[in-house]
Amino acid sequence: MIFSESYHRFIDELKKNTGQDPNQCYQCAKCSAGCPVVAAMDLLPHQVIRYLQLGLLGELEESRTPWICASCFTCAARCPRDLDLARLMEGVRLAVLRLREGNRLSPADLELTPEQLEKLPAQALVSSFRKYAK
Amino acid sequence: MPRIGVFICWCGTNIAGTVEIEQVVNAARSFPGVVYAGDYRYLCSEVGQKLIKDTIKKENLERVVVGTCSPRMHEVTFRKAVAEAGLNPYLLEVANLREHCSWVHKDPAEATPKAIALVRAAVSKASLDEPLTALMLDVEKRALVIGGGIAGIQAALDIADSGYTVDLVEKEPSIGGRMAQLEKTFPTLDCAACILTPKMVEVAQHPNINLLTYSEVEAVSGFVGQFDVRIRSRARSIDPSKCTGCGICYEKCPAKVPSEFDMELGKRKVIYVPFPQAVPNIPVIDRENCLYFKRGRCRICEKECPAEAIDFEQQDEIIERRYGVILVATGFDSMDLTGYGEYGYGQHPDVLSALQFERLFNASGPTAGQVVRLSNGRPPQRVVFIQCVGSRDIARGQNYCSKICCMFTSKQAILLKEKLPETEAYIFYIDLRTAGKGYEEFQRRAAEEYGVIYLRGSVGKVFPEGERLLVRGVDSLSGRPLEIEADLVVLAAASVPRRDAPELARLMSINSDRYNFFDEAHPKLRPVETHTAGIFIAGACQAPKDIPEAVAQAGAAAAKAVTLLSKEKLQSEACVAKVDPARCSGCLHCEAVCPYGAIAATETEERVRGELLTRTVAEVNPALCQGCGCCTMTCRSGSVTLQGYTDEQMLAEVDALCLQR
Repeated sequence: MIFSESYHRFIDELKKNTGQDPNQCYQCAKCSAGCPVVAAMDLLPHQVIRYLQLGLLGELEESRTPWICASCFTCAARCPRDLDLARLMEGVRLAVLRLREGNRLSPADLELTPEQLEKLPAQALVSSFRKYAK
Repeated sequence: MPRIGVFICWCGTNIAGTVEIEQVVNAARSFPGVVYAGDYRYLCSEVGQKLIKDTIKKENLERVVVGTCSPRMHEVTFRKAVAEAGLNPYLLEVANLREHCSWVHKDPAEATPKAIALVRAAVSKASLDEPLTALMLDVEKRALVIGGGIAGIQAALDIADSGYTVDLVEKEPSIGGRMAQLEKTFPTLDCAACILTPKMVEVAQHPNINLLTYSEVEAVSGFVGQFDVRIRSRARSIDPSKCTGCGICYEKCPAKVPSEFDMELGKRKVIYVPFPQAVPNIPVIDRENCLYFKRGRCRICEKECPAEAIDFEQQDEIIERRYGVILVATGFDSMDLTGYGEYGYGQHPDVLSALQFERLFNASGPTAGQVVRLSNGRPPQRVVFIQCVGSRDIARGQNYCSKICCMFTSKQAILLKEKLPETEAYIFYIDLRTAGKGYEEFQRRAAEEYGVIYLRGSVGKVFPEGERLLVRGVDSLSGRPLEIEADLVVLAAASVPRRDAPELARLMSINSDRYNFFDEAHPKLRPVETHTAGIFIAGACQAPKDIPEAVAQAGAAAAKAVTLLSKEKLQSEACVAKVDPARCSGCLHCEAVCPYGAIAATETEERVRGELLTRTVAEVNPALCQGCGCCTMTCRSGSVTLQGYTDEQMLAEVDALCLQR
């Protein structure tokens, strides 16, 4: 079930997209303790990272949590592991969107360098990938 | 060209597994001056050493090159072997074929030519080796211990019991350190003062211990066996020969400031002893806050003192003394938590650091032993402990685990339950680390016997709600967010080095790690030595540790110190710098960069156009020189040479390395 080849591909992609490594997390759950919208979540924020560590991608696809996350960055500001969970959440959303619908436009089509890509707001990219057909 | 012998070691498979030994030996035979080349499985073994000794005699060798592990491991072994065969021990060169070659390569096709090059370089250098002689230096039979906490106390007692004189320097007015601030100790729940104060008294009474409290080390020079140290003994403003320790002065003193000993929770007088069992029991006047020193009026203590011991004119005393060894035991600080705004530390009186909370239990503490909320003076009904505040935090704190917090938090929860059985105790932990004799059992007792509730998770925010504090956290095991209305919140602050640790490290030329904890010379095999010979470390200045560990380390450091003190003479470094006065221009840049104060100006006479002129040149004191080579780098005229590492030798090595394969 876990650590399959597709898991590694997914994690590599996630790391590339977000610049964050879920394995840096030691599950102190401070993110969940401080999250202002945790009440509406089915998986707690730290559990999302744990699921990423274990490669439980199917469960993440079903979870409401990444869509509830308001990207307020409280978790990122307090994380003792210097991990930006808000970015990871965005990465999960991006991955789920791709799983569901695929990309109509791929990042390569933009002909941008990785440095330029990094500076663009990920949300803007995701929506444009979905919106514009080739 | 001297007759050179080359010996290549296999080091089992450590070297032979990656380096083709036979090729190296064959190549070595062709190097200039080499009259013998051989190999052996373990050159450091007795058989291996015998091979070297026998070959020196048989082949009439004048220089020896070994291709082995790092010289830090076995240079001493082979120097001794060479000396036993009648050669000067400095006619040996080590080519590091293990750490610098076989261990960092996988492919023999790459490792073997490199090994050959390293041996060729060592042979080139060896051909220029000159015999060197080390000086034999005296050892001052006196030890300096810096820091009067439990580690410093133990070390001082151990050295003093061995018959050597010890000066124990403590910055504060009393010895005792952090342990004196504790109420109880884990896992036995011994009263800290009950086991510490007998040792403090023993220090005060020991005929071989000279106690210097309220004193600081200002300068250190010299070297192992002969450290010259300047200590500033600050003016107490009290004549210790007259003071009887009656305490009337601090009873009558009208000025109060926050007490450092009570972690700023309570107040102390401006003339004070930090705590009732202080050693020595002689007050000090805190001149920064004293009304007389600030405004020129008051002198009430002077008027009240029945022994007429108050002396406003007293001056700092400078003590300059020579020591054979120095032992550093300066301890730790509790990390400043002002960066953790989400916990409300410093904003709410009921949010305390663990060391502050500890003081609440103490009969002579700020609440006279009553565990109460500082906001309203009432006993708490619910206390939340938060662990890992500042520890294991790579964003705002320290990367490391402070090691003692899991245990002291459980201890404080037990003390709380003992004192207020009805009060609830919650502990937020990330991981519970209870490695130690009786530690796991202790933590389980807290949970099972005392009903302390352990929550695996963290706290996101602490904020006032009515009279209480609302703690918003999460239990990660059940995946449930929690809200706890608490009366007190206790933060397990990280242990950090003393603020002035970097300065002390510079004074003594010892190394520190990235956090400013003092570095041991080897993490496993030389745990109490520093890289500077004759300086030892013990206790929490090296890394966070608990009392048993600090005491054990102090004993170990004391034993090492005594080993040095018991020697009649110490051999000095033989590879020392030497100035050629004919070339020296007397600019004395070398004097400025020398970390050991080994270079001084001297006069030389020379005849110029028939006239006898005197001019200034640099001179190296070989007893002080440690052979670091800074002076040779700095010298503009190239007139300083490091013997054993001369420019000619280094360039010969470079030439050999640069030869085409």
